[in-house]
Amino acid sequence: MERYYQPEIETASREQIKAWQDERLVKQVRRVWDNVPYYRKKMEEKGVTPDDIRGTEDLKKLPFLSKADLREAYPYGLMASPLKDCVRIQSTSGTTGKRVVAFYTQHDIDLWEDCCARAITAAGGTNEDVCQVSYGYGLFTGGPGLNGGSHKVGCLTIPTSSGNTERQIMFIRDLNATILCCTPSYAAYIGETMKEMGLTPDQIPLKAGIFGAEAWSEEMRHDIENTLGIKAYDIYGLTELSGPGVAFECSAQSGMHINEDHFIAEVIDPETSEPLPDGQQGELVFTSITKEAFPLLRYRTRDICVLSHEKCSCGRTHVKMSKPRGRTDDMLIIRGVNVFPSQIETVLINQGYPANYQIIVDRVHNTDTLDVQVEMTPEMFTDNMGEITARQKALVDGLRAMLGLSAKVTLVAPKTIVRSEGKAVRVIDKRKI
Amino acid sequence: MSVKQISVFLENRPGALCELTGVLAENAIDMRAFSLAEASDFGIARIIVDDVYKTTTVLRDKGFVHSVTPVLAAALSDTPGGLNEILQCLSAEGINVEYMYAFLGNTPGKAYMVFRVNDPAAGTAALCRHGIEPLEELNVE
Ligand SMILES: [Zn+2]
Repeated sequence: MERYYQPEIETASREQIKAWQDERLVKQVRRVWDNVPYYRKKMEEKGVTPDDIRGTEDLKKLPFLSKADLREAYPYGLMASPLKDCVRIQSTSGTTGKRVVAFYTQHDIDLWEDCCARAITAAGGTNEDVCQVSYGYGLFTGGPGLNGGSHKVGCLTIPTSSGNTERQIMFIRDLNATILCCTPSYAAYIGETMKEMGLTPDQIPLKAGIFGAEAWSEEMRHDIENTLGIKAYDIYGLTELSGPGVAFECSAQSGMHINEDHFIAEVIDPETSEPLPDGQQGELVFTSITKEAFPLLRYRTRDICVLSHEKCSCGRTHVKMSKPRGRTDDMLIIRGVNVFPSQIETVLINQGYPANYQIIVDRVHNTDTLDVQVEMTPEMFTDNMGEITARQKALVDGLRAMLGLSAKVTLVAPKTIVRSEGKAVRVIDKRKI
Repeated sequence: MSVKQISVFLENRPGALCELTGVLAENAIDMRAFSLAEASDFGIARIIVDDVYKTTTVLRDKGFVHSVTPVLAAALSDTPGGLNEILQCLSAEGINVEYMYAFLGNTPGKAYMVFRVNDPAAGTAALCRHGIEPLEELNVE
């Protein structure tokens, strides 16, 4: 039986969802116009006033916000509530440029935690569960978000934060953790460590995992599910919008339901900025319609994905987004070809290689080179040189088929690729342009 | 009647081989035979040691990917035709040699060969039928 945290919202009719969105959007645009001079100026430049926005159909009239705007308006320029009403900030890890600082009122935190509680419930969590939150706590939204969601569901929450993998495993085993929340690369690392300790999936009490904050492939999901003996669910979010829980996976494990009562999603062509119809791949754009302190309108996420309004077997009615197929800023252009690290990962895992890899891009004699470094594992190693080189060649062929360009595959010794407890560094781009 | 050879994965970079020999030396492991096969970006070191269990334990602890492979080892007279004799008898019985390498013991006039064959048991039998006794371990002083 599918469980919902807020059934009346999560299974509301499309008409009801649209009515909420229309009403909240109109209010939010008015609020931003009155309180955020930075965005008001953008609207004025476009010749739009709050009176022009009467519902979601008018969304496309509004100007976009991008990461560049966040930098320009840093730190207070996009706030719509006075500081005295704010109770918290969270911040991005700053992996791609300057930090983003987001502000929250108590109400904002409450709604954010509701979203995380929906995700935990969708993964099967109840007040009978023990939920270990191994996302980083602190400025990063992962830990605080899932921690709050876990409390709302009533799970016994173990706030381990990330790191100290042996202690993580000790808590999972000694306190019978049934739900694990962390980044997928850390989940894979915990799984690998457990395997090394000789633990089999039936000796691990976990039954579900909620993994997000970085891109991961379907194949990596199967890997993690098999090593830990769990169901692995994806969760999506951005600090700019609140944190994890903007969208989450349900029992169907085929896309993430966007919490449309809080966020309006659009997909646009990243080149022309024109909205695209359902089912077409493009850049995801969000408008937060319930946030008080830091309400972003038409925020360009740079995540490439597809939306689907198809009926979901779980009974939820909110639109589903695909796993991001890449980030416009993760996208590598190699010899003129667009390459996403997730494509490389898919090929590796399909051919039985570990999900731990590194992509090194360089430029030699004015030509881009792509070197994929993969760790040799005891399972793959054989005394037969021919067999290893044949596998290597199969990988080169597989990459060529997937990417449309030739890559070099280098086998490296185990444990030489740095393991990550947070976000994995997959790409080293040495090109000096 | 085969000998256990340890094959170790090595990255093709300066110092990789040294790290392996360093670990063996630190643990007082005596290498009886050694051979290196190289591809463009990796290599396989093939070693025969005095203590297989100890060596594999040390390698695992140090994070070297390795496997244990049964190989045939035989002494041959260090005279023209010695190697040919062995290869002829393996080939006559349809046994395929994947690779081989030679090493010298301390006995003057004796050379030793290691053979990796597709079927070690059949290879042992073939050699025995031709009066060549494969070695059980490489105590070749
Ligand atoms: Zn669903």
